Amino acid sequence: MTLAAILDASFAALTLLVATYAIFARGLFAAVVAFISYGLLLALVWVRLSAVDVALTEAAIGSGVTGALLIGAAARIGDADGARAGQPKAMTKIIAALLCVAVTAGIAAAVLSLPTPAPTLAPRAVRELPATGLGNPVTGVLLAYRAIDTLLESVVLVFALIGIWSFSRDGAWGGAPRSPDAGTSDSALTFLGQLLPPIAIIVGVHLVWTGADAPGGAFQGGTVLAAAWILVMIAGLRQPPRIDGGWLRFALVVGPALFLAIGLIGYGIAGAFLAYPEGFAKPLILLIEAALTLSIAVALGLLALGAPARRHQP
Amino acid sequence: MSVGMLAGLGGAALIGLGLYGLLTHPHLLRKIIGFNVMGSGVFLLFGAIARRGAAAGLGADPVPQALVITGVVVAFSATALAVSLLLRVVRETGGPFFPDDDGAA
Repeated sequence: MTLAAILDASFAALTLLVATYAIFARGLFAAVVAFISYGLLLALVWVRLSAVDVALTEAAIGSGVTGALLIGAAARIGDADGARAGQPKAMTKIIAALLCVAVTAGIAAAVLSLPTPAPTLAPRAVRELPATGLGNPVTGVLLAYRAIDTLLESVVLVFALIGIWSFSRDGAWGGAPRSPDAGTSDSALTFLGQLLPPIAIIVGVHLVWTGADAPGGAFQGGTVLAAAWILVMIAGLRQPPRIDGGWLRFALVVGPALFLAIGLIGYGIAGAFLAYPEGFAKPLILLIEAALTLSIAVALGLLALGAPARRHQP
Repeated sequence: MSVGMLAGLGGAALIGLGLYGLLTHPHLLRKIIGFNVMGSGVFLLFGAIARRGAAAGLGADPVPQALVITGVVVAFSATALAVSLLLRVVRETGGPFFPDDDGAA
């Protein structure tokens, strides 16, 4: 067994162990913390799978922003009345466990019977890449070959946000979400809230810029910016914005709208929806990514904040 | 065993594990965690397929990778929506459970 194989096996075992704890832990808070650690371990697994773009996304969104969301929810709900709800009967648990084992066994059997040699689109992706002017094949798939997926994804973010906003009380509509303010004037938190955002802006913009040629991109960069914004609000340095603000709504839709507009222009100039005119693929992709980054950062931050809770006092 | 196979089998285990949490936990936030564990198991299956498709000098097929990046973002949107629904349930019924589970509401 080589060192790499031992490393892979240990990562896999540790990830499964922490995931098991996240499911079976007694306390709600312990489960949430385990889930966040699980996300970070998973990011390491993605690195081992040579999928660095996915690793960055998993660490930033799957673990980071999702973690902030779950911790916020856990803090507001609490675990105190956990005993009030009846646990399922032992028989129900056994049947559920058998079902889950059967599902796992079925999928494992499918994994073990995957065809060899494995089908792959990598050679085609690499072959067509020079036409886009990009150096990162994953960005090529996201913004050139399968740009329609990415366009719809950026729309999904806006729709999810509309869904969340619609859970607000009638009286709070158009107001601001509840502040994630930690509530204490903790000087370390204030310091971090002042120190980290400039660094986060540089890192975020860098991730977007290098995303064309190296791991990174609008989603990874946008998440870093969203995280900095959430941190500033937790530190109490800024209040959440009211959701009827004009600039806010502009920032939310500018990415998908520009993406859609460039896609439609493709009909006229390049002959197909989302086709880029020859020679202009890379500048257009960078323009779309820049606008998407702003929209993604604002959307992720607002998704984490939740429904408007109060009218803004002018 | 190759790292691709390992990820595939790990993904299969995570799907079962997450499904169990989703089915058996009465607490709705625990259900959301289970659902997310299940989802990341599905993503790992994609990772296994991407890794097996390593070719043309790439460590992994970029197409499944791009699908997973899209998937992670959409999964976060769904989780945020689910948490908002949950907070609404708490506001309406006073507890993070389906009303049927405790007979109170």
